Amino acid sequence: TVAHQVPLSKGFSRQEYWSGLPFPSPGDLPNPGTESTSPALAGGFFTTEPPEVAVAEFHKKIKEAFEVFDHESNNTVDVREVGTIIRSLGCCPSEGELHDLIAEVEEEEPTGYIRFEKFLPVMTEVLLERRYRPIPEDILLRAFEVLDPAKRGFLSKDELIKYMTEEGEPFSQEEMEEMLSAAIDPESNSIHYKDYITMMVIDEN
Amino acid sequence: MNTPNLEDMGCGTSSATKDKKSEKALKAALVIQNWYRGYSARLKTRQRYALTIFQSIEYADEQGQLQLSNFFSFMLENYTNVPEKEPGLVTRLFGSSIQDKDRQDYLGLIEIPDSYCGPRLQFPLTFTDIDLLIEAFKQQQILHAYYVLEVLFETKKVLQQMPNFTHTNTSPSKEITICGDLHGKLDDLFLIFYKNGLPSVTNPYVFNGDFVDRGKNSMEILMILFVSFLVYPNDLHLNRGNHEDFMMNMRYGFTKEILHKYKMRSVLMPPIPMDGDRAEKKNKLGTATVALGIRTSGSFSEQLTKQEWEQVIDILWSDPRGKRGCYPNTNRGGGCYFGPDITSKILNKYQLKMLVRSHECKPEGYEICHDGKVITVFSASNYYEEGSNRGAYIRMSSGTTPRFFQYQITKATCFRPLYQRVNAIESSAIRMLKERMISRKTDLIRAFQLQDRNKSGKLSMGQWAFSMENVLGLNLPWRSLSSHLVTTDKDGNIDYMSGFQDVHIQKPVKEVQSSLIETVYRYRSDLQIIFNIIDSDHSGLISMEEFRSMWRLFKSHYSVHIDDSQFDELAERMDLNKDGSIDFNEFLKAFYVVHKFDQLNKSDTKLA
Repeated sequence: TVAHQVPLSKGFSRQEYWSGLPFPSPGDLPNPGTESTSPALAGGFFTTEPPEVAVAEFHKKIKEAFEVFDHESNNTVDVREVGTIIRSLGCCPSEGELHDLIAEVEEEEPTGYIRFEKFLPVMTEVLLERRYRPIPEDILLRAFEVLDPAKRGFLSKDELIKYMTEEGEPFSQEEMEEMLSAAIDPESNSIHYKDYITMMVIDEN
Repeated sequence: MNTPNLEDMGCGTSSATKDKKSEKALKAALVIQNWYRGYSARLKTRQRYALTIFQSIEYADEQGQLQLSNFFSFMLENYTNVPEKEPGLVTRLFGSSIQDKDRQDYLGLIEIPDSYCGPRLQFPLTFTDIDLLIEAFKQQQILHAYYVLEVLFETKKVLQQMPNFTHTNTSPSKEITICGDLHGKLDDLFLIFYKNGLPSVTNPYVFNGDFVDRGKNSMEILMILFVSFLVYPNDLHLNRGNHEDFMMNMRYGFTKEILHKYKMRSVLMPPIPMDGDRAEKKNKLGTATVALGIRTSGSFSEQLTKQEWEQVIDILWSDPRGKRGCYPNTNRGGGCYFGPDITSKILNKYQLKMLVRSHECKPEGYEICHDGKVITVFSASNYYEEGSNRGAYIRMSSGTTPRFFQYQITKATCFRPLYQRVNAIESSAIRMLKERMISRKTDLIRAFQLQDRNKSGKLSMGQWAFSMENVLGLNLPWRSLSSHLVTTDKDGNIDYMSGFQDVHIQKPVKEVQSSLIETVYRYRSDLQIIFNIIDSDHSGLISMEEFRSMWRLFKSHYSVHIDDSQFDELAERMDLNKDGSIDFNEFLKAFYVVHKFDQLNKSDTKLA
């Protein structure tokens, strides 16, 4: 994952964009912890253990995720892989939020590498505070429906491309192609988003 | 949800509504993008985990391989101490004397029938022979053993005259191409030649070893490379890899490929720079079976001193790492890890600019480390599985920066979507891991139970991960993998027996202890290699007595605690005894893992 330089004008924090939408505010949403779409979140992440044990487990989990990308086994990873690591731990920061996180873990003079010693405490706090919760399936579905006001049940390829590459935190060409390769129905050249979401959820579980 | 219906509003939408609409669209887009990036990252991580699993298991197996080498050294050293009732066996293993038979003697044994319609080489070889071979291999033809022998003898002759280090000159108009491991993957070599041109005086190549094993065209790759070498000996350079080794070939598939393709059962491997081995040949009259083997391991060769052999292992097995200094390569069981300081020191000492090496599979086909001084290049794409990694080659010349070219072979005309490819390699990796687990089931359960004081059948994540790592000896992200391997309850505790639920080793005979079954399954590759070596005439049979002796020796060296009588009983019950001989291939084949949810009955037992 490449960490995009998000234009600073788009300073949306999650709270802001939740409240703008015509569907329930976070308070009414089911607890993301029980409806997670990622197995990374299942199994022992938020347990009833005492806090010290939980922190120790977080540390180990963070270390595992970090090590997989630590090619030289010297406790550093390429900064361009930090986004992937954070997301693999079940968090879903926006590109802007990711940008801020990276700034926190980078060296005073950025070297292009992130050291584990700096990464660990920041990431632990993110996990403890349950920041950047993932998006539940139904919210995702509603987002697609917003883009499909005529309620056809699908988006055309051009429409999806337009939204994904022109709005919000735009996709790179690679990201767009990747999403299309799985989402598109080649016969109709459209994306039946309900089926797509279901397929992705099954894939992760 | 109450989305305003735009059609009701007509043309006169106020700008406020327009703004609100575009703001909603913006926010919806953000939600989707956010979700997608999370999903995509998790996909890539799963892919990386699968690769880590493949690599860990591969290196653990390599450890096993070196352990096996040590076993043979141990036997050789203790030859004189072997009890008197074992002499027959050991003579069979080591007593075969080296007869330096003439090239003509061997070629005289083989005739090419008129019906042969494969490629025919003309000596002295020219570039047309290279083309000929490539075209023939593209049509899946097999080169006749006669030509294979000719090429091998010729290559051996030329190589023996060459020094261990070759110097070559480059210039911006004459770049050199460096390729890494090919491992029998012919399609990758074809692609490289297609994209980069065939070798010639103006298009020199270096191949960094590991030409054979694992892929199914080791022989074809070897033939193309050797023929190209014979045509352009100063412009096609072949370096030795750790797989250019008789024992490795027995475990990792080259020997099997040869036995399969060449019913004449020829096993040949001439020396390549950086070795000190010699041919060991045997001849079985009457059936024109020719077996030539180059014993490259120090235990068999008398030409290498122990120190020299250790140096060879260091060169062929070591890996660069970020930690400074030089320390044992515990992953592989041989060679060492060397840090950036070591690299700098050596490069400075010999006034070299960089080190280009291979030996490690990299997701992108290449990797640069140690401040740009060490490049790893790996040319076998899809090495572990379809979709596991790209291959790469490098073009460079003095005075220019190296250029990297990546590729990935695919059978389909277009790539499957990423999630399907990731699913495929993930399933494959998890499957391998489960087979590993089942082969150590008894030890694992013992370790789990030690920690499970309450006998609840459950352990915390930390306890489970600790035992898994300790017993299996694999440094893997256990916490992240746990969801694929075991069931976890709502408190986050792991039901450790659930890991063994959907997989088991088929018991060839009912009344045998599980621990024995597991042990044989676990060491089946090693046992196969040992048996193959004993079976010098490749009949597939060894005597019952030899079978028992080998087991006893093996047992003592590997510290395996299984009763001799149990093993005997197993062999007897399996009724593989054929007139005092045992068909060991049948014996080993009977031990395989069954995956409960498989549609096939047998899993892939990767026997050498």
